[in-house]
Amino acid sequence: MNGNVIVERERGLLEVERRIADLRDANVNQPVDFSAEIAALEQKYESLQRELFGSLTPWEKVNMARHPSRPTSLDFISQFERFDELHGDREFRDDPAIVAGFALLRGRPVMAIGQQRGRDTKENLRRNFGMVAPEGYRKVRRLAHTASRLGLPIVTFIDTKGADPGITSEEHAQSEAIAMCLYEFTQARVPIVASIIGEGGSGGALALGIADHVIMLEHAVYSVASPEGCAAILWGDASKAEEAASRLKLTSADLQQFGIIDEIVAEPLGGAHRDAATVVANVLGAVSAAVDRFARLSPQELQEARYRKYRRIGAWQKERQGDTGTPGG
Amino acid sequence: MSIPDWLLRRRGKNADGRDAALWTKCPVCGEVLYRRDLSANYDVCPKCGHHFRMNAYDRINLLIDGDFTEIGNEILPGDPLGWVDKKTYPVKLAGDREKSGISEGVVCGIGSIDGFQVALGVMDFHFRGGTMGTVVGERIALLLEEARKRKIPCIIVTASGGARMEEGMFALMQMAKTTAAVARFKGDGNFLATVLTDPTTGGVSASFAFEADVIVAEPKAMIGFAGRRVIEQTIRQKLPDQFQTAEFLLEHGQIDMVVDRHDLKTTLVRLLQYVAGASSGPGASR
Repeated sequence: MNGNVIVERERGLLEVERRIADLRDANVNQPVDFSAEIAALEQKYESLQRELFGSLTPWEKVNMARHPSRPTSLDFISQFERFDELHGDREFRDDPAIVAGFALLRGRPVMAIGQQRGRDTKENLRRNFGMVAPEGYRKVRRLAHTASRLGLPIVTFIDTKGADPGITSEEHAQSEAIAMCLYEFTQARVPIVASIIGEGGSGGALALGIADHVIMLEHAVYSVASPEGCAAILWGDASKAEEAASRLKLTSADLQQFGIIDEIVAEPLGGAHRDAATVVANVLGAVSAAVDRFARLSPQELQEARYRKYRRIGAWQKERQGDTGTPGG
Repeated sequence: MSIPDWLLRRRGKNADGRDAALWTKCPVCGEVLYRRDLSANYDVCPKCGHHFRMNAYDRINLLIDGDFTEIGNEILPGDPLGWVDKKTYPVKLAGDREKSGISEGVVCGIGSIDGFQVALGVMDFHFRGGTMGTVVGERIALLLEEARKRKIPCIIVTASGGARMEEGMFALMQMAKTTAAVARFKGDGNFLATVLTDPTTGGVSASFAFEADVIVAEPKAMIGFAGRRVIEQTIRQKLPDQFQTAEFLLEHGQIDMVVDRHDLKTTLVRLLQYVAGASSGPGASR
């Protein structure tokens, strides 16, 4: 795996940051006045930041979404007033790539469900880099069903490269696990609010993504396949991922325009990890407002509105046709 | 050299498209087959039993008696992303239309099987690898809605490489659309059967293919979520040959039965008989 282009860029910025900090120290501890130098460096820092992050290409956004310091699902869920994690699929095991449980959001009990990647190698191995196995999707389905029965709104956080593509996952029916997750979400009798906070990769992401209101962080990405996967499928060459990223229209702005997501929450210059506390608070505010809005609808109205929403998405054209395809031809 | 051998060789070498199309070779046992014989045997190799990928209309002819009223055939693809790589997406679509003789990756409609009126959807791998874009999703949803209105069983024959890349997130969202339609259809007490044929993967396997009441598969069909190559790259080793075959899935409890194509129609009829006999009408309590 190549280096993260955003992390690379931050190296130069960090250097300037360190010099500013050093000069500040010197300003306090030494008789010489460095104020002018500090101001100049700060200006340089600002313009450098704007230059580096002012407008990001789709590929840069993919890297931003994968940034190792980017807030994860637990960074959001831990800011609920309360959270009690629930475990297991009741069949085989507990999948640590899914974190889920009862939570209190602005005083309202909800079911919080998120895909969880790790911050370091050790945690990533335990959480399988946020790639969910069938057991994880069955845990999601179980808890979504519980929430629907009890009348608790479902709040999800999406952050995965995709569903786990391993041997065991195939043996344990990954397709069925995802399919029945989708099924449960279409049928839920409670409001569902989904937030794409990092990388939303393929069906493995959508399994938590059928919702009455879909929020997306500004630099998150959401895609039919990872850019690497798309490039491998279409051109047999995963190294053309950057080109695939630009063609797939996977940015928040594109998807809002398409009506596939409903709301974008802005990120600070340089990405969500530059001010995670504010980003988390803003997302939770948006989630809470959406839950409040949809909680006014009856279960039947919610189901009907959700059906119509997903029934509508498509970009086909109707045409009179005469010559294509005759039975037995 | 015997005359037939000579004939084959000659045809293989200088044949124009039409001549070459008269003969084909079984990719499994290598037997050279006369196309007409192969068609008469439902595209199953008479020597080794290999099930060739079937054209949608051949499959419809195999299953449906008499008329087949198509649903959604007026719905044709757009180009929502303005996709261009070596060719534009519309050019790729036009090529596949010509090659496959169908207007998109699935043909849907209403017909009868041994007296049972059914809604039938048949995917065709020859059109963009059977990938699901907006048209496939829309036609499947329309089919399920029509079947729900008529309270008749629905059968969907799948063959798909997954979601269609050139339609990006619009393609992925068809998993949600078809699932929503399946849930409504089944929620009313209607019966859904799927027949998984080679291959059934990705966005199709992880949506309506595995949401059916009864899941049938054809022998040796490759069925799974992740493609074989993706898994091999992830684990860095070769997978055993039988991995992700219909027989493998049967053994792992993922599908109900593996049925030879010659027996497919009678099997489906038997299933329809149980469903019809279960109650006086869909949704009746039992």
